[in-house]
Amino acid sequence: MVRFIVRRMLQMAGVLVVLSMLLFVWLKALPGGPVSAILGERATPERRAALEAALGLDQPVYVQYLRFVERALHGEFGASTAVLPGEDAFQVFLIRLPATIELAIFAMVLAVALGIPLGYFAARRKGSPLDSGAVVFSLIGVAVPVFFTAFLLKYFVAVEWQLLPVSGRQDPSLDATRVTGLFILDGLLTREWDAAWDALRHLILPAVALATIPFAIIFRITRASVLDTMDADFVRTAEAKGLTASVIRSRHVLRNAMLPVVTVIGLSLGGLLAGAILTETVFSFPGIGDAIYQSQRDKDYAVLTVLILASAAIFVIINLLVDIAYAVLDPRIRTR
Amino acid sequence: MRTVRKLASMAAVGALALTTVSCAESERGDGGGEGGGGESTFTFGAAGAPEMFDPLYATDGETFRVTRQMFQGLLGIEPGTAEVVPELATEWTSNEEGTEWTFTLRDDVTFHDGEPFNAEAVCANFERMYDQNEAGQVAAEYWGYVMGSFANDPDNSLYQGCEAADEFEAVVTISRSTSGFPTMLTLASLAMQSPAAMEAGDANGIATQGEGFSFPDYAQNPVGTGPYQFVEYDQAVGTVSLEAYDDFWGDAPASSDLTFRVIPDESTRRQELEAGSIDGYDLPNPADWSGLEESGNSVEVRDPFNIFYLGLNPEANPQLKDLKVRQALYHALDREQLVQTQLPEGAEVATQFMPSTVSGYASSLEPYAYDPDQARQLLQEAGAEGMTLTFAYPTEVSRPYMPDPQQLYEALRTNLEDVGINVDVKTASWNGGYLDNVTAGKYDAYLLGWTGDYDSAFNFVGTFFGNLKENDFGTKAYPWGQQLADDLQAADAVVDEDERGAAFEEINAQIMEEYLPGLPISHSPPALVVGPDVEGVIPSPLTAEEFSTVSVGGQ
Repeated sequence: MVRFIVRRMLQMAGVLVVLSMLLFVWLKALPGGPVSAILGERATPERRAALEAALGLDQPVYVQYLRFVERALHGEFGASTAVLPGEDAFQVFLIRLPATIELAIFAMVLAVALGIPLGYFAARRKGSPLDSGAVVFSLIGVAVPVFFTAFLLKYFVAVEWQLLPVSGRQDPSLDATRVTGLFILDGLLTREWDAAWDALRHLILPAVALATIPFAIIFRITRASVLDTMDADFVRTAEAKGLTASVIRSRHVLRNAMLPVVTVIGLSLGGLLAGAILTETVFSFPGIGDAIYQSQRDKDYAVLTVLILASAAIFVIINLLVDIAYAVLDPRIRTR
Repeated sequence: MRTVRKLASMAAVGALALTTVSCAESERGDGGGEGGGGESTFTFGAAGAPEMFDPLYATDGETFRVTRQMFQGLLGIEPGTAEVVPELATEWTSNEEGTEWTFTLRDDVTFHDGEPFNAEAVCANFERMYDQNEAGQVAAEYWGYVMGSFANDPDNSLYQGCEAADEFEAVVTISRSTSGFPTMLTLASLAMQSPAAMEAGDANGIATQGEGFSFPDYAQNPVGTGPYQFVEYDQAVGTVSLEAYDDFWGDAPASSDLTFRVIPDESTRRQELEAGSIDGYDLPNPADWSGLEESGNSVEVRDPFNIFYLGLNPEANPQLKDLKVRQALYHALDREQLVQTQLPEGAEVATQFMPSTVSGYASSLEPYAYDPDQARQLLQEAGAEGMTLTFAYPTEVSRPYMPDPQQLYEALRTNLEDVGINVDVKTASWNGGYLDNVTAGKYDAYLLGWTGDYDSAFNFVGTFFGNLKENDFGTKAYPWGQQLADDLQAADAVVDEDERGAAFEEINAQIMEEYLPGLPISHSPPALVVGPDVEGVIPSPLTAEEFSTVSVGGQ
């Protein structure tokens, strides 16, 4: 198990190094850049050259890359030019990460809490109105683009009916105390209940919009998997043994049906943590996805590089965790 | 089972957080400042995060909007106009040559840290701005732009020195007379900051870090003399909080607290305004103006202080060297129609490269008539019928003078094609190569514009044509390019204001009638919008609003 984990970690490091090189070459090959973004209409060839020289952008790409690696080894990733100007790019990642963690977890909890029970009951009553209804509902979840769902939710719930806030993470006038950067947790820790409540209210719409896709996938996988398992030989054996229906369902059907669901949850969570760009942008939710969008638009290369690398790392780590969870759930994988 | 595991792991994370921060306590204050006329907060939706709060290193409007509320310059701008008025200096006089300027200062001003504002503080500020390290010289863009250079290159510097003649009398020496001085002291970038705070926070300790700048502590703890003082910048939510400064020398601000909330998406800003969670935002899309007004908001339209033009580059396309060709292009454009249909209400057809509010505007000039027949005729005379023009517009951008570049482009392109010109359409995103290509001379024709920094003719025409070597119009390819640059420099050096205005008027007429290096299209009024219960906003043509007069909810 340890060897397995170490090998995967080494693989991940390799992936990140190669990705960083590709990113660097790719970003430098794009037209424009931070100098245009900073100077705007004021750009003359002279000022452009001065700024490029000061920022080291006049060096060959490989020199810039080696400098980047050298700085990165010292824990410096370059100052942001647009997202949070002046902050080190890794610091920007750390500042933005809690928002995305909060959003991803909340969305995933929604998707799991709805998707698994619904999938299970739909499978048990296959062909019933509940089943067909849930299948159609989940299809809509996958088929409708998430930004459209987000836009509709925002327009009706927040703007028209004014039930929930339109955007952001927390009302600034609350003057909430920051501890972990996870605002709901911070509110609970400091007993600033209004701050926690407000943060939760801000989270609902983006989380619901974001949850539609993992919900649909989890629901469908659960349904298919439960159907498969209910037909399995060991279930028939259990029935023949005279076990009660509830024991068969919880110990045999559900547990075995959960294996593929775990994979899907893990992969989706990785994707959500890596940045829900559309949802965060629509709700101006200051997380990783919003920062990726802004850094791309305003050519904040340092931030874009760090965020993409970090997203890749998160994705790979979550994958690894899924594999480990798999091994725990299914002993056959460990011995293989 | 899965849910149980999930809950268990979440509980573990929670427990870990609890152990690391088990002593977390609320750090809430008792609310905002008490100095204001009323206990109310004006919340403004900003399109982007501020760079930091030291105006010297600031370059973008979102940063200046915040610093403008905390800092003041020696000279100010009369709200609602571009006119220069006293601010921290009550009067100023120069010697005959216009090179030595004596500023008489207010004697009742303190910085937010309690330090006195006096002539020594003024000189400390000038010296601090002048004495920049390598990174600072690049970052202090406005100083570089108006003063030419820094302490390591005194020969090219407009600023030469500052002396405290008296406690409240500062004398600033400059190398030559220019129309820009002392008007440039209205620039938000050259505002007065507390010397003690700057020293304590190592204000000049800027450095490059990777492809950006890392700013010293001071830039996050700015100290000025304005009606509002800095409280905090919450990066996690993107809000900047300011509160009224109790010992402000002028009238206490109408709202005790001022909050800027970063909301990058424009439609979200509009929705936040309609939901009442912000009280205003800048540059609403002109297409939304009427809808916003209908829902009770007020769209505050500024006087136009910008120019939108079609730039031409004769180095990219030698046919453009012929004046007849440039005139033909101008006659082909139906600018009246463009202004009526594509630009917000209040937009005007331009007759020259600067707006009418700037001294030196030639009011005698008439707009070039829309006359496709004459355009065809001129093209024929020049032997340029059916010429091909590489004509570009930027994407992913909206500027005050150019709300929707693509729509404007399409209208102009149709006009050009109507007189038989083959338009080779080019496009690039604003930050993704457009500006680079314009300065590199890759387009024959392109859309661009300018918003004035302060009330100065040279800030417009001087920026465009004053530097012969480097300008987007490629004027060095014309026989008159050098003459125009020299004339502009000479006019700029005239000390007497009336004489200077006359000199610029003459040059403006010459530019339009004899040279025509580009085609001025229009001046557009940018707007800002505030909610139904907001009062006291005075829109500024320079987009330099001061929010100290703004109240919310009749407070």
